Amino acid sequence: MPSWLIPYALLAPGLLVIAALLLYPLYQMVDMSFHDVRLKNLRAINPVPPEFVGLENYTKIFESDLFWPSLRNTLLFAAAAVALTIVLGTLVGLLLHRLGSKMSMFVIVGVMAAWATPPPAQAIIWKWLFDSDAGIANWALNLLPDWLSNLVFGRADWSGQPWLNEPFTIYLVLTVSVVWASFPFIAVSILAGLKSIPHELYEAAEMDGSGPITTFAKITLPMLKPVYAVLIVLSIIWDFKVFTQLYLLAGGTANREAFNLSLWSYAEAFGGSPKMGLGAAVAVVLTIILLIITFVYVRQIVKTEDVR
Amino acid sequence: MSPVARKKLGKFALNGAGIAVFLFAVFPVYWMVSTAFKPNDQIFTTDFIPFPSPPSLDHVERVFTKGVAGHPIWQFLINSAIVALSTVLIGAVFALLAATAVSRFRFRFRTSFLILLLIVQMVPAEALLIPLFVMARRLGLADQLLGLVVLNVGLTLPFSIWMLRTFVAAVPKELEEAAWIDGASRFSTFWRVLFPLVAPGLVATSIFAFITTWNEFVIALTLIGDQGKYTMPIALKFFVGQRSTDWGAIMAASTLMTIPVLIFFLLVQRRMVSGLVAGAVKG
Repeated sequence: MPSWLIPYALLAPGLLVIAALLLYPLYQMVDMSFHDVRLKNLRAINPVPPEFVGLENYTKIFESDLFWPSLRNTLLFAAAAVALTIVLGTLVGLLLHRLGSKMSMFVIVGVMAAWATPPPAQAIIWKWLFDSDAGIANWALNLLPDWLSNLVFGRADWSGQPWLNEPFTIYLVLTVSVVWASFPFIAVSILAGLKSIPHELYEAAEMDGSGPITTFAKITLPMLKPVYAVLIVLSIIWDFKVFTQLYLLAGGTANREAFNLSLWSYAEAFGGSPKMGLGAAVAVVLTIILLIITFVYVRQIVKTEDVR
Repeated sequence: MSPVARKKLGKFALNGAGIAVFLFAVFPVYWMVSTAFKPNDQIFTTDFIPFPSPPSLDHVERVFTKGVAGHPIWQFLINSAIVALSTVLIGAVFALLAATAVSRFRFRFRTSFLILLLIVQMVPAEALLIPLFVMARRLGLADQLLGLVVLNVGLTLPFSIWMLRTFVAAVPKELEEAAWIDGASRFSTFWRVLFPLVAPGLVATSIFAFITTWNEFVIALTLIGDQGKYTMPIALKFFVGQRSTDWGAIMAASTLMTIPVLIFFLLVQRRMVSGLVAGAVKG
């Protein structure tokens, strides 16, 4: 084999897999979104070719009464979960940096447990913690002094409080469970970033009489900017498409008010009367949003990593 | 307050915060495990019972004998293991070849390929679900564990190549050149020199792919209808839907699903960070 051919030969199998299993489906998704695809078009024995409907699927989803609630749920959840994860992760990262080495290792091993729990198990654990009858959350809320509970929540008795019926409380539990599972990654990454900042910078700041808040704003944050750029984008992408935990907490697709874009797309395509074209159109909207965010990530990585 | 006292108090507060973070992270997992070992009267109560007393193996035994949907939990653990291990083995071969290409050779389209990798690894299974399902059906892979393997190889490969390429690049080129000079063939240089040195990286990358596939929910949810072929995530989902109040058994099953991931996680925790944000942290 001529030596110029070798890299292409090594690359070919992987590239074929990516083309067949990621790029072609991406194209097919867009194609399906312009067709009315149902089960009769997919059956093994003489399938009917799907009818081309132009932009009809898109007009249908934009006019659907599920569009705004799903988009709102997607955006609000992503905003809340990303903000809380980043803030909590940063605080824990700073804490880990200041703890002694034994204590810091102890906390890292602990947060690893939350991080390692598989998403299906995460959802099930939090479903159990927020169970209306025997959940520990209602027990803990009942511990609050009555006056405080009345002042903050307008109620004192939490026995039997159902958390997973209303969209708002479903998303509340979802936010807690997602933040719980994702802050460890942020904290450990921030810790790695903090360790890479040269000590001299802090010594110089101290000599100049800079306080802790000024030092954080003027030295730590700017030095961690590239880390944050990557972490925020990754978190947005992960939280934008959240499916497993939402599906399990909301109990499948029965509660339409609790849909986000991925659950809606799934419900259209695999629900009672599957409308795959419609589901594909929702997936295209989701993918476009994700690709815009990915673009920021790719630009950041290309700046810092050696891809040339 | 004297400076010494203040310093002591500060240290005390920091350690207190550390313990609070530890408890917040660990408690839900602990609660899952402890519920799995509690007798029913300690589960269905409005009181707080911190430890199972005495611990009961009833639920664990029940998921192994009676199981879920008429299949003992073994069946689903084995299905999940088959899918995850096959995905890892096939993916490792593809990833190693491609990673060698991008980190050992300079060629046209190299940069384009790396950027393509970055973009496609961000496209989630949730978005590609519909065309992937249609494709699997056309190929006769619906309701087959093989179908899950094929789709998971596709979904995990971009990240595997991306991560493995830094391990290949870390092996000094001079070692291979020395083997060349000694008259080794291209293949034996790769197999005898490069491969053993990249092996630890290959293990780390494979553990990543294993965890991703082991946890994978949405593809298995749409592709698998036959209960005997359920993987663990889908078995759990079915379990919760079917016996929504049997929390002891549900927690026992969740614990069984979590244990392998926890073990693997502790093995690769350091690389978890470097794989995703390496460049950003270094810079």
